[in-house]
Amino acid sequence: MAKVKSFNPLDFAKQVESVDAIFPTVQILDETGKIVNEDLVPDLKDEELVELFSRMLWSRALNDRSTTLARQGRLGFFAPTAGQEASQLASHFAFDKGDILFPGYRDIPQLVQHGLPLHKAFLWSRGHVEGNIYPEDLNAMPPQIIIGAQIVQAAGAGLGLKKRGKKQVAFTYTGDGGSSQGDFYEGINYAGAFKAPVVFYIQNNGYAISTPRSLQTAAKTLGQKAVAAGIPGVIVDGMDPLAMYAVSKAARDWAIAGNGPVLIETLTSRFGPHSLSGDDPKRYRDQASFDEWDNKDPLIRFRIYLTEKGLWDEAKETALIEKVDQEIKDAVKLADQAPKQKVSDFLKNMFEVPTNTIEEQIATFEAKEGK
Amino acid sequence: MAQLTMIQAITQALDIALERDENTLIFGEDVGLNGGVFRATEGLQAKHGEDRVFNTPLAESGIGGLAIGLALEKYRPIPEIQFFGFVFEVMDSIVAQMARTRYRLGGTRHMPITIRSPFGGGVHTPELHSDNLEGLMAHSPGLRVVIPSNPYDAKGLLLASIENNDPVVYLEHMKLYRSFREEVPEGYYTVPLDKANVSLEGNDITIVTYGYMVREALKASEKLKAEGISVEVIDLRTVQPLDINTIVKSVEKTGRLVVVQEAQRQAGVGAAVMAEIAERAILNLKAPIGRVAAPDTIFPFGLAEHDWLPNEEDIIAKVKEIVAFD
Ligand SMILES: Cc1ncc(C[n+]2csc(CCOP(=O)(O)OP(=O)(O)O)c2C)c(N)n1
Repeated sequence: MAKVKSFNPLDFAKQVESVDAIFPTVQILDETGKIVNEDLVPDLKDEELVELFSRMLWSRALNDRSTTLARQGRLGFFAPTAGQEASQLASHFAFDKGDILFPGYRDIPQLVQHGLPLHKAFLWSRGHVEGNIYPEDLNAMPPQIIIGAQIVQAAGAGLGLKKRGKKQVAFTYTGDGGSSQGDFYEGINYAGAFKAPVVFYIQNNGYAISTPRSLQTAAKTLGQKAVAAGIPGVIVDGMDPLAMYAVSKAARDWAIAGNGPVLIETLTSRFGPHSLSGDDPKRYRDQASFDEWDNKDPLIRFRIYLTEKGLWDEAKETALIEKVDQEIKDAVKLADQAPKQKVSDFLKNMFEVPTNTIEEQIATFEAKEGK
Repeated sequence: MAQLTMIQAITQALDIALERDENTLIFGEDVGLNGGVFRATEGLQAKHGEDRVFNTPLAESGIGGLAIGLALEKYRPIPEIQFFGFVFEVMDSIVAQMARTRYRLGGTRHMPITIRSPFGGGVHTPELHSDNLEGLMAHSPGLRVVIPSNPYDAKGLLLASIENNDPVVYLEHMKLYRSFREEVPEGYYTVPLDKANVSLEGNDITIVTYGYMVREALKASEKLKAEGISVEVIDLRTVQPLDINTIVKSVEKTGRLVVVQEAQRQAGVGAAVMAEIAERAILNLKAPIGRVAAPDTIFPFGLAEHDWLPNEEDIIAKVKEIVAFD
């Protein structure tokens, strides 16, 4: 009773502070590659650990190669991913092919791991419709450009899965900036209200282009935004692959069991610019911030962990990188072979049955294209 | 006078506006320290302070609502929407709120808001960055929609927009930002709103256009001149409301009209010009009105922009067709 009495609803400062205490950051593997939370270590077999690390390395290599390609003008839009490998690939590792992915423009690595042929990812980047023509069994949408739009859509897909009685989930990613959008709130709220099986990620990499996380909201964490929607919110060390996997797996299990959605904030960093379309992070980030995050590199800590377990060595790494380079080269070649797009095809794709005005325009463009 | 690009002229106008009136405020995503993704607000936060030039959270609807609230407090907001395709997030604020505030409140309130935003094709952006959505705005009563085609106008029209007590949607074609320089006077001057500019005088046919297409029309006119066709080019500058008098006067002189827009054929401003001429000057026409526009698809994938966007050749072909009509 005494406890109830001491709660003062007008002590606003205390209320704000107390929220903070409910949202600790989950970490399992620390920066030195040591396990710091035995209880939460996920149940992954040796091959699975190696597979996960390989995917993260693949992603870093893809990032580096794509950066070069973009600088040479051989890609279109490209948003770097280095630093976010644990946040992206270890979260994705918890889902299966039947789960529906709603990616943002930076979530190409998950999309490719979910089944998008790499050359199609390149075609998307270049601005070719072939990049958006997905195989039948790929449960994903093309990368969303409109910040927040994928959040409400994921809520809808989750509800659909539930109605159909499918034991699958929808999962979606946005950034710290994206968590400010109206669509973000509407999406998590809808999914909560409908108990839809959705896992929502906020990849908090500290910046929305140049705008720091601190400017997005007065809330101390982004994970706590779950409270207003009445759903669980978890904050994870987004540079820690084991924590990312463990939390994601638990969230998926929770959602599949019919409990509704989970919101996950990953604390991560992008090592590079926002995109390769002219952003210079030195304008808004100081060297200390880069150095601090370099030390948290998810690849370094995971590599140490696996090496100490006898699961990884330099030879394996060299072989993998060579394989990835070849895979990327092949994909670029395939992308280069895509036929030129036709405006008449665009027009044909506007409606199932072309309207009379469009039919007229199809004829005009076919005549032009036939020349 | 200095030779400025259009983006430099815009930055200069914003700088002058901030200097002249302490009620002006610039805000939006990344407009502060970073100077915006195109650097249109470069240096303005450093010079005028974080109270006057500031970043917002990433939420366009919030930017629109903020502008309305600040305008009610007698500020003169100059918000930026990072790319105009993101206007859908803020449609309610613009179209259903700020555009009708004066009307709703019986003329007792001003909404002196100038929404700046880049738009326009040919620069290979990701989806929804380039879309020509001026028609959506132009169809909404209570808004002025201003689209400059050159550095001189960009500065003068922007200052005039900021000075205006009603909401202005001021759209900046990305392809014009850095593609050429022009003499721009230093200091304050305005180019009047709602007034079209006769960019080129001619006698045989009138081209009515705006934004980047003014440049394509001028290039086309040059070539047509060599073939003995004298073209008059009208740059609308304000696409809503239309400067009907200038257009009618020109059509009365030339007897022929071609409207040119980068937007899809079904989407507006050109159609509005055609309707006005059909109503007001149809008996002056010696030929049907021609239209050059993009096809009615979604704005194209980057690699296909070149084939999709209307250009100089399309204009030349259409003008010749109309001139040849008997
Ligand atoms: C609705 C909308 N507004 C603005 C933009 C422009 N924009 C693209 S990325 C970005 C920042 C996003 O930051 P964040 O959500 O933190 O994700 P990150 O890029 O850091 O992964 C902005 C403002 C957009 N794409 N969509």
